[in-house]
Amino acid sequence: MADKMMTADEAVSRLRSGMTLGIGGWGSRRKPMALVRALLRSDVTDLTLVSCGGPDVGMLAAAGRVRRLVTAFVTLDSVPLEPNYRAARESGSLELTEVDEAMFLWGLRAAAHRLPFLPVRAGIGSDVLRPGSGLRTVTSPYEDGEVFVAMPALRLDAALVHLNRADRRGNGQYLGPDPYFDDLFCEAAAEAYVSCERVVDTAELTKAAAVQTLLVKRHTVTGVIEAPSGAHFTSCDPDYARDDAFQKHYATTPWPRFAERFLGGDERAYRAAVRSWREADR
Amino acid sequence: MSRSPSRAPGAPAAPPSRAEYCVIACAEAWRGAGEILASPMGTVPSVGARLARLTFAPDLLLTDGEALLIGADGTVEGWLPYRQHLALVAGGRRHVMMGASQLDRFGNQNISRIGGGSPPRRQLLGVRGAPVNTLNNPTSYWVPRHSRRVFVEKVDMVCGVGYDNAARHPATARFHDLRRVVSDLGVFDFGTPDGSMRLVSVHPGVTVREVREATGFPLAVPEEVPCTREPTEEELLLIREVIDPAGLRGREVPEGAGR
Repeated sequence: MADKMMTADEAVSRLRSGMTLGIGGWGSRRKPMALVRALLRSDVTDLTLVSCGGPDVGMLAAAGRVRRLVTAFVTLDSVPLEPNYRAARESGSLELTEVDEAMFLWGLRAAAHRLPFLPVRAGIGSDVLRPGSGLRTVTSPYEDGEVFVAMPALRLDAALVHLNRADRRGNGQYLGPDPYFDDLFCEAAAEAYVSCERVVDTAELTKAAAVQTLLVKRHTVTGVIEAPSGAHFTSCDPDYARDDAFQKHYATTPWPRFAERFLGGDERAYRAAVRSWREADR
Repeated sequence: MSRSPSRAPGAPAAPPSRAEYCVIACAEAWRGAGEILASPMGTVPSVGARLARLTFAPDLLLTDGEALLIGADGTVEGWLPYRQHLALVAGGRRHVMMGASQLDRFGNQNISRIGGGSPPRRQLLGVRGAPVNTLNNPTSYWVPRHSRRVFVEKVDMVCGVGYDNAARHPATARFHDLRRVVSDLGVFDFGTPDGSMRLVSVHPGVTVREVREATGFPLAVPEEVPCTREPTEEELLLIREVIDPAGLRGREVPEGAGR
């Protein structure tokens, strides 16, 4: 039986510059931040990110690792606009393929189903379809003759997601109210890395929670990473809420200073730096 | 003017604030909507949707702002994670009231960026679900500070589809339906022959001239412009004591601020 346990650094060492990388979660919710921090410690760069964007996008953009972003939005939720993302966009260093939320979902579904595209009634008449977007339309072959956006499959070289629990084989469980699109990210990717708050025995997954919480199936997972507080400072319901005070600090601190203070070492050093910030600065 | 949430029995209620007229105007967007999802974005539309549900639109569905459908008293009655929310949009049984960084005379809306070139002058949120919303279910807009910066001749990026763009794609846009725009100055719709914006009512204390001066395009104005209707006593009580006792609506639309 395959044991897929690895460290965050081992997972990231399997990624290459230039990859198309899907990042799960949504905005500032259940983002695989420990994996993003590992990515920031590596020299992987020139990435195309596919993400319902939050601080994952902001941090990787601030560190100059992102060439292109495919998204419908980037937000910190309690801070509506992501400052590092905005700075990267306004300086022209970050290309954007902007799609609607439904187009994004349909694109992941197309990739998961190995389809080249899926038709979606979204985007027509709006500027997501402007010249240069690369998006094309498709006409219904039936009597209605309607025209839709042919949303291309969002195929991923790799996906990073964070869940509440997983077993060593890659069965992943969410315990909060929303699965977001994490299963689809894994299904759309050639390789998927699942970090989780706690690795448990398979039998334990369904002891206290319904079987419907088993979101990610092991045949779509390459590596499992145990990362307690691995979504910090985004939310990871019901294990913890978003750390809004720290997120505000992130959003108001110049990136070099933030990176130096919190991201210079490994994950343990990060947690220690956050603890000392909490004691000293609040 | 200070207002305490509860007043002594028999004491006269404070007159409606501007924010409360805005709440009423937003609530009216969902009158007669039936058993559909109301998706309000922003404080005033959220108070308005809950008011509609507690009074004249009892069958509305509402969420907790995340993944749960909740009853008037907060009881969970269903599950609506993002992926199902997007399926519900495609099915059309929803009326969303979105914000707008820019809105033009045909109802094209922008929440993505300021500046049409590359790079953008200001990067904003992104298109979010505005394209799918406007092609699939009734859509209204809420603008807490009516100004020429928001009401522009031409938006820098079309996120929400307006009537001129919808007219170019009649088959795909067969469910396109912009219902109303509510601002801190008044209520607007697109009930003109060419689908351009029209003034429907001004909030008490606002003049038509004030609205015209704060709008960056020619606005259709009927000869008689009524005032936004008065809240009933029951509605005022619900707004002040049940739905928004902390007065968050007044933060979005401060009384007499900035004009």
